[in-house]
Amino acid sequence: MLHYSNFRYNEPMKDTTFTTSDVRKIAGLANIPVTDEEAQDLAEGFTKTLKVVDTLSEVDVTGVTPTNQVTGLENVFREDEIDKTRIFTQEEALKNGKRVHKGFFVVDQVLEQ
Amino acid sequence: MNTYEPVIGLEIHVELKTKSGMFCGCPADHFAKEPNTATCPVCLGLPGALPVPNKKAVEWTIMLGLALGSEISEVSKFDRKHYFYPDLPKGYQISQYDQPLCRGGMIATSFGDVRIHRVHLEEDTGKLQHATVDGKKVTLVDFNRSGVPLVEIVTEADIKSSEQAKEFLKKLHQIVRFLGISDADMEKGSMRLEPNISLRKAGEKGLPNYKVEVKNINSFRFAAMAIEYEIKRHALLLDNGTTPTQETRGWDEAKNATVSQRTKEEAADYRYFPEPDIPPMRFTGAYIENIRTHMPQLPDAYKAEVKAKYGLNDNQANVLSEDFGKMKLFSGTVSLPAVQEATISGPAVANWIINKVPDASSVSPAHVAEQIIQSKQVTHVDDSVLIAAIDAVLSENPKAVADYKAGKEQSKMFLYGTVLKRLAGKGDKQKVMDLLTGKL
Repeated sequence: MLHYSNFRYNEPMKDTTFTTSDVRKIAGLANIPVTDEEAQDLAEGFTKTLKVVDTLSEVDVTGVTPTNQVTGLENVFREDEIDKTRIFTQEEALKNGKRVHKGFFVVDQVLEQ
Repeated sequence: MNTYEPVIGLEIHVELKTKSGMFCGCPADHFAKEPNTATCPVCLGLPGALPVPNKKAVEWTIMLGLALGSEISEVSKFDRKHYFYPDLPKGYQISQYDQPLCRGGMIATSFGDVRIHRVHLEEDTGKLQHATVDGKKVTLVDFNRSGVPLVEIVTEADIKSSEQAKEFLKKLHQIVRFLGISDADMEKGSMRLEPNISLRKAGEKGLPNYKVEVKNINSFRFAAMAIEYEIKRHALLLDNGTTPTQETRGWDEAKNATVSQRTKEEAADYRYFPEPDIPPMRFTGAYIENIRTHMPQLPDAYKAEVKAKYGLNDNQANVLSEDFGKMKLFSGTVSLPAVQEATISGPAVANWIINKVPDASSVSPAHVAEQIIQSKQVTHVDDSVLIAAIDAVLSENPKAVADYKAGKEQSKMFLYGTVLKRLAGKGDKQKVMDLLTGKL
């Protein structure tokens, strides 16, 4: 069983069996509604996928430094300048909003965080 | 009743006053702007948009780290912190996880040192406001603030009282202002305070098994009040054998109390991973030294300077250093030729500014100089005026004169006070006393 809450990206995965409760947890975090049937299906699918990824564990990585960037780039910065050419008008910004009101995007009331 | 020891840590967010955003060229000044008028594909999180870090924001964060005595990371990177909330257009915030720009550091307080855990850089979120639209309770979202550079400073849980927290916060606020990297205006939300509080039994070591975080605090005073409130609340619960619930609470100004906002059922799972769109940062020693060289004067250095150069005392130096306007007014006034010619001392200028100028932004150094010089001049009242006033008071108060002569020392002070009143603040006080003593 994959203990999702203990999973960190920089740690190797220990086991690759994915349960429906793992699916529920991730679906909750990702804000995606999932039916029972889908959860079952996804759990089986994820398990299969992770088994494939698991073949990587056959590779000997002794002495290989972990990396998260392969571009070889470093220190890519921009100067502190305003770029007016990219700024949206209020109308453009709101264009894809499902609900808008007086220049704001509108969502169902959320609790103050 | 048990005796408890508060264990307090602080998390402080400071919005940097760069011209542009953290990862885009949108203006960073979002205060009192029309909603959603300063956004672009990057800060709205549109697909395919590419964030590029603001060089100045990175430099300023390193500078803050240097001012706090932090160790600056040779290699640093940005990470994605995932959570769903309407203030976050991308579904994640670009922040820093395991390689913050700065680690460690310390601010000394009169109650003991407070160590800094880390200082990292991230982007601010959008602003939410609650309203009723068409009879429905809704939340309105403005993304102008989204993507503004935000520095997070996290302390170790070294703080033991609300007074110490307040002193620490004031010092940090002052450092940030001296560096010129943020307005740190709490009313505008450009400095936000989040204390986390727990109690342990006196004498115990180690961290308690719970902590309560308080949000929505926009003044040092409220931070201190929230801490006091929590300390009392926890002590009551612990006395009854209950461990306070680990939760986030908000400070309610109207109730002067903290209120529960959200009970964390499980540890937040932010699924951090390295931001693939931003290559890592690597800083050379020379680069960091260059930032150190260009660092503005810090509060402690300023206070030492005005004490040595102008002879101010601790209190004067402290009060001036707490108000940028007064500092500027002081340095402007003492360096005026008119002030130097009139041989007005540094402490005299400082006292005037501290006691007689309520709003330093509304007066010029020249105006202050003029007022001080004028006030000095009125002290040179002709002796005959003083004598006339004394004579008048003595003849009007024969009983007090008789009492004094009969050995009642207090009567002299009464007469002295009456003379001063008659002179309406004019005249050299010592001279009045001398003349009065002579007459009696």
